[in-house]
Amino acid sequence: MTEQTLIKVGMADLNIGLAGAILKTTGLGSCVGLTLFDPVAKVAGMAHVMLPSSEIAREAQINAAKYADTAIPLLLQRMENSGAKLLRMEAKMAGGAQMFAFSGQGDSLRIGPRNVESCLVLLQQYRIPVRSQDTGGNFGRTVEFDSISGMLLIRSMQHGVKEI
Amino acid sequence: MPKFKSFEAFELDVLREVGNIGAGNAATALSKLLDKPVDMAVPKVSLLPFEEVADCVGGAEQIVLAVFLRVEGDAPGNLFFIIDEPSAKRILNQLVGLDHTDGEEYSEMELSALNEIGNIMAGSYLSALADLTKLSMSPSVPAMAHDMAGAILSYGLVQYGEMGDSALLIESKFLEDRQSLEGHFFLIPDPDSFVKIFKALGVVQE
Repeated sequence: MTEQTLIKVGMADLNIGLAGAILKTTGLGSCVGLTLFDPVAKVAGMAHVMLPSSEIAREAQINAAKYADTAIPLLLQRMENSGAKLLRMEAKMAGGAQMFAFSGQGDSLRIGPRNVESCLVLLQQYRIPVRSQDTGGNFGRTVEFDSISGMLLIRSMQHGVKEI
Repeated sequence: MPKFKSFEAFELDVLREVGNIGAGNAATALSKLLDKPVDMAVPKVSLLPFEEVADCVGGAEQIVLAVFLRVEGDAPGNLFFIIDEPSAKRILNQLVGLDHTDGEEYSEMELSALNEIGNIMAGSYLSALADLTKLSMSPSVPAMAHDMAGAILSYGLVQYGEMGDSALLIESKFLEDRQSLEGHFFLIPDPDSFVKIFKALGVVQE
């Protein structure tokens, strides 16, 4: 199997990739593209997190992939079902930008940094090490995660392509 | 908490008219600036899944220029004025005589000029709405971004994130000289603002 299948992860969505699949999510602004990877089992997972905490949810049926505190446990569970082990897991993330800068505004405008903070807290709870991250700034990113190498490819208009 | 799925057809018509009046006023402002006629398409009002919002302007990765204003007052919301790169070039050329070279970064002067144009248009959009509804709607200081459409627009969807996976937006498109200049307005009222807009316009809900 040389052909790598591309799995698209939408906004407020998550998915896992096996057997060399590439996970991709586009147009990350304040959202965070979080990836988990078990390098031994070669199981990769990606979540496109939109909001920091499900506590603020006003929807009847929570979309777990949307909030950092529910997306990470769900992603872990799905990866473990596919043979990944929590102990071997490592994380990477990108996004969490502040697209527009306003002075003296409330918390809702700091949503990007808050998403990042919330992901970090959750990862710490699960004792998952963060291998690398490319977060913050004021620009959008598109990311691709390779489930063989565990490399995260980040594309942005201002900074071109980089791998972390 | 408003139930979005239950919008009646006539309520959507009302919102379409809201977009029409706002954008009509903005198009007039642009037409005066350019000293040329500006056409407008019939506004679209749709409840779109987050994923599809950026498709309106060419997809999540499409590079666009956007002016964003937070609407404050009785019916808060987010207002975006979005144009693609060729349109930005044309506006800069016609309005302020700046010749932007394709592929180069926009200078501070160019961004500032676009920001101001967006500001003028958004101001006319909002003042028309405020006149119509008699609600106070004041724009924040505008912010400008030149980036991927998905990254920009997702910023306006955060308020909706708490209550579902789709947002109701009023999209108005206008064109000058058929295709050569195309701009989009997106008004994304906060979820709680719809009730106020309907009430102000005399639409009785349930």
